Amino acid sequence: MLPDSLRQHATAVSVEAFDGDAVTGGNYDHGELTLEIAAAKIASVCGFLKYDQGFARLSTVTAVDRFPAEPRFEVVYHLHSVEHKQRVRLKCRLIGKEPGGTEPVIDSVTPVWRGANWYEREVFDLFGIQFRNHPNLKRIMMPDDWEGYPLRKDYPVTGSRV
Amino acid sequence: MGDRANPEQAAALAEEETPRTGSRRMVLNMGPQHPSTHGVLRVLLEIDGETVVRIMPDIGFLHTGIEKTCEAKFYQQVVPLTDRIDYLCPMTNNLCYVLAVEKLLGLEIPPKAQWMRVLMNELTRINSHLVWLGTHALDIGAMTVFLYCFREREVVLNLFEAIAGQRMMTSYFRIGGLALEPPLDFFDRVRDFAGYFSSKVDEYENLLTGNPIWMMRTKGVAKLTAEDAIALGASGPTLRGSGVDIDLRRDMPYTGYENFKFKVPVAQEGDVFSRYMCRVAELRESNKIVQQALDGMPEGPVKANAPGVVLPDREKMKTQMEALIYHFKIITEGFAVPAGEVYQAVESPRGEMGYYVVSDGTAKPYRVHMRAACLANLQTLHKMCEGGLIADVVAAIGSIDIVLGEIDR
Repeated sequence: MLPDSLRQHATAVSVEAFDGDAVTGGNYDHGELTLEIAAAKIASVCGFLKYDQGFARLSTVTAVDRFPAEPRFEVVYHLHSVEHKQRVRLKCRLIGKEPGGTEPVIDSVTPVWRGANWYEREVFDLFGIQFRNHPNLKRIMMPDDWEGYPLRKDYPVTGSRV
Repeated sequence: MGDRANPEQAAALAEEETPRTGSRRMVLNMGPQHPSTHGVLRVLLEIDGETVVRIMPDIGFLHTGIEKTCEAKFYQQVVPLTDRIDYLCPMTNNLCYVLAVEKLLGLEIPPKAQWMRVLMNELTRINSHLVWLGTHALDIGAMTVFLYCFREREVVLNLFEAIAGQRMMTSYFRIGGLALEPPLDFFDRVRDFAGYFSSKVDEYENLLTGNPIWMMRTKGVAKLTAEDAIALGASGPTLRGSGVDIDLRRDMPYTGYENFKFKVPVAQEGDVFSRYMCRVAELRESNKIVQQALDGMPEGPVKANAPGVVLPDREKMKTQMEALIYHFKIITEGFAVPAGEVYQAVESPRGEMGYYVVSDGTAKPYRVHMRAACLANLQTLHKMCEGGLIADVVAAIGSIDIVLGEIDR
């Protein structure tokens, strides 16, 4: 549900009208609009924002690890509309890996913006979040045989010298 | 409505990312120690004779985990790290980071500090574009330009040294204002430089713009369409060279850019030459902004009135107990930043530089993400090079103006 405080923001209202189940929360702080999107809906919401709301540019995709809280991961998208001189931040929450379960996974937005390719690879590389339908999901910054995901909060800042 | 992706498109994307085998094509490795990859970029070229069929950049050789390091430092200790991301435009990175943190803190920055930030930011742009122009021309074979550009860059670096004590890693912008007042003769020296700089740009243009060899190497080479540039997230001169008129200084002004008059150079062809023309025109525009900043420089303090955040003056610290206590507390404990998150983007010489700072209410950032302009710009390389000649790959890489420190972080 869209929080009532966001009813005055056209972008938030239009996403709510596009898919009533997609928005799970959001806020407007420091002049920046944040919408929390259900993880399963991210690709369709991004497609809607790009093609119908004019958010032609994807600035960046990144993630935040809220360890030990659950849902542990936030995947964060920054969208930029050139014609409206506006930005919007989308945020999807993902639960971490349960014992014996799978790594967190979310739909890739590369079919919407091809430029998401390297950003999603970076998030995969450093956070271990999988992207479904990504054309080439492999490590980008770390060596291919690296173990662990450095930007996770349970990964140490310092370690033994290589 | 909504998701317009189709399975065919997804298959085409996947196909593009996997190396082809079993043909008479050759795979050529370029870098990471190749002089014209400007650092440690490795590029895999699949070639058929002299024609590039496929180009696959391989990055990460300079990855230092700087975003992870930020999480272990106090907010003010992150400023020197931001210099080291993009070592050609340290102050742009300083600016972007301090603006993000100041937004979280809700700090009001005095006018003189804001104007000084604009002034130094544009000098940084000149510095960065001079390195680009010199090395780009050197890559393509014009040696003289390099020497000319570094002659002027030396003057700019001397200005940096005068103001910050450092030539490259300046850390001059601090949370809440500037590190120091500029020295007494500083503005005269900048005015002197700004006075003759545009005639120096004429010199570079005399060497290159009408030069037949330069035009043959750059015109119609490594074309990038506006659609591809936007879809791949390009920004800065790489985007404006393809005819897309976006400049964050004008479109989403920060630190007082709305008070300055300047043009945003745009070129339509999308080739190496248009990106060159955009950047050279930007050199002149930056010089105009520098002159406006000098003419309108307000008087007043260069630090915000926020004792718990901004380090006290050296004089006060030695004479007043309270200032000493604040100094001690900021150095040993840092300062708490209210919980929240901001994304601040600035127009760096290479494009949209963005900092996403997440605070959990403590004195250390919970997460700092740097949106590097070059990372997205480098993704356009395959659109520029595929179908072209091997020799033009060097021209294309030079025209993107990559800094690997920023790409790999």
